[in-house]
Amino acid sequence: MNKWIKVGLIIIPVLMLGACGTTGGVKKQEGAAEQGGAAQTPESATTTGMEPGGGAEATPLPGGGAATGMEGNGAPSDAAGLLSKKVVYFDFDSSTVHDEDRAIIQAHADYLAQHPTVKVTLEGHTDERGSREYNIGLGERRAKAVAEMMKLMGVSADQISTVSYGEERPAALGHDESAWHLNRRVEIVYGGP
Amino acid sequence: MKRICLWCGLACLAAIGSAHAALTIEITQGVEGATPIAVVPFGPVGANLPVDVADVISADLKRSGRFAPVARNDLIARPYEASQVNFRDWRLLKADNLVIGKVTPFGAGYVAQFQLFDVFRGVQLAGYSIRSDAKSLRRTAHQIADMIYETLTGEPGAFATRIAYITVTNGGEGKRRYSLQVADSDGFNPQSVVQSTQPLMSPAWSPDASHLAYVSFENKLPKIFEQDLRTGRRALIASFPGINGAPAWSPDGTHLALVLSKDGNPEIYVMDMGTRRMRRLTNSLGIDTEPSWSPDGRSIIFTSDRGGSPQIYRISARGGRAERLTFEGSYNARASYSADGNSIVMVHGTGNRFQIAVLNLQNRAMQVLTDGPLDESPSFAPNGRIIIYAAEEKNRGVLAEVSVDGRVKQRLSAREGDAREPAWAPLRQ
Repeated sequence: MNKWIKVGLIIIPVLMLGACGTTGGVKKQEGAAEQGGAAQTPESATTTGMEPGGGAEATPLPGGGAATGMEGNGAPSDAAGLLSKKVVYFDFDSSTVHDEDRAIIQAHADYLAQHPTVKVTLEGHTDERGSREYNIGLGERRAKAVAEMMKLMGVSADQISTVSYGEERPAALGHDESAWHLNRRVEIVYGGP
Repeated sequence: MKRICLWCGLACLAAIGSAHAALTIEITQGVEGATPIAVVPFGPVGANLPVDVADVISADLKRSGRFAPVARNDLIARPYEASQVNFRDWRLLKADNLVIGKVTPFGAGYVAQFQLFDVFRGVQLAGYSIRSDAKSLRRTAHQIADMIYETLTGEPGAFATRIAYITVTNGGEGKRRYSLQVADSDGFNPQSVVQSTQPLMSPAWSPDASHLAYVSFENKLPKIFEQDLRTGRRALIASFPGINGAPAWSPDGTHLALVLSKDGNPEIYVMDMGTRRMRRLTNSLGIDTEPSWSPDGRSIIFTSDRGGSPQIYRISARGGRAERLTFEGSYNARASYSADGNSIVMVHGTGNRFQIAVLNLQNRAMQVLTDGPLDESPSFAPNGRIIIYAAEEKNRGVLAEVSVDGRVKQRLSAREGDAREPAWAPLRQ
């Protein structure tokens, strides 16, 4: 009886692997861990969990509500809905803000200048072309270009922080210009880092 | 009954071995004129081993581009002891060399024995027996391939080494999962050493292959960590305001070059890993990044766009004036040295095409090795014969390899998601 149980136990993982193979292997993490266990040498790596991510996302956004809050100021940005636009785009290997995007940055700068306790993070991104660490530099340059513009428009430096993700967090996943132009961007994210 | 049990167990192990090879190798461009070699399945006949040792050896030799293993179906005989070898058989097959061997249980593990013959002279060129614990038979097969490679070419092999790389998979609901993986150089035995929902980048091996430095965006800001691969413990190396990126160990392991933008824009710094004190190496208004040490530790090459477009520069590890090394192409980046220090490999961009190219530092000739269009992150094998890099193929990120002469190409595809940023581990010292 015992022997049959043993055989049963061994056959089960074979069947499961078969299923895995047909569906393309859904549980890669577990598979890798299992394999690691099966072939661990004294110098093998062990898996470490990461510390949980920070709670940077729970900060209030100025979105539509904030825009209506600004109505009394008679800012033209409200009518144009500029505050709801939170992304500006760039040319390849360039950090020059397009003239047509200045109005968006101006609208956010005005809002920030009028709300000095509100903080903003400017996230710089690039398309996938070229090398990754160079793109981190390029993304930072774009974020700083927007930051400098906002400071000139009257926003206090301590309201603004910048971070570059380079090509690591694309907004569009394709591999052609239609995706690339959506990825060369600075996102204006309300809340500190 | 026990026998069935054992057989099932072994079949199960074999199934795990192949089903979980997260990277599969496919030779995409072979080479004419590779040396024919016969690698006979290891004996004894009927032994149920978790690894087909001869198959691992054949695959290694084949992907070096210098050997053409005889197809198993064409093997005339299946000797596994020297006394069973009839050299005439192998001369008929036009195999220059013959490898035979056997694996026998020893304690809790195995002893693998192999012999390498010159078929035409009828003499043994090498013969060793290697002890292997139960879980390391595949690694032992790579070590045998290294010994065969070195005996026949005079150069060290790099099969029993590892690679690190980043994978990105869709975790559902648009959430990406980033993982830093370490695998054997042929993609087997992948193990995740770090997982995160935020980007992981730029894995860099310590010279003794015991630690990885990498960039993690956990808590939404880039930080550099150094992780002990054996224990999984890690230390925070840098988390300054702005960029913390592109770590690169000095060849003696005492220093780490890194990129920080805390003083305004990305500059290269060198950190003493003992005292954690840093000095700044570069000073330009452009982006200075992607440092890589020369094998003698005296100089550092890096990417800079100080001249308008990204190009490769070289500076003394003590600082001073930087010298521009690349003049061909509008975009040259992420360069690193070959082990002999005679050449550097880089991402070479012309127009919309990004390929892997090698610059010979003696005659300054640039040779483009790959076709693009989006090749990146090249890394030399420690013996300098193969370059591993990342490529975009059918909308997926895959790892690929090219022999340093550009003649043999192969792809290591992950079964799901994207694989990127491969870094070939140094030979363990």
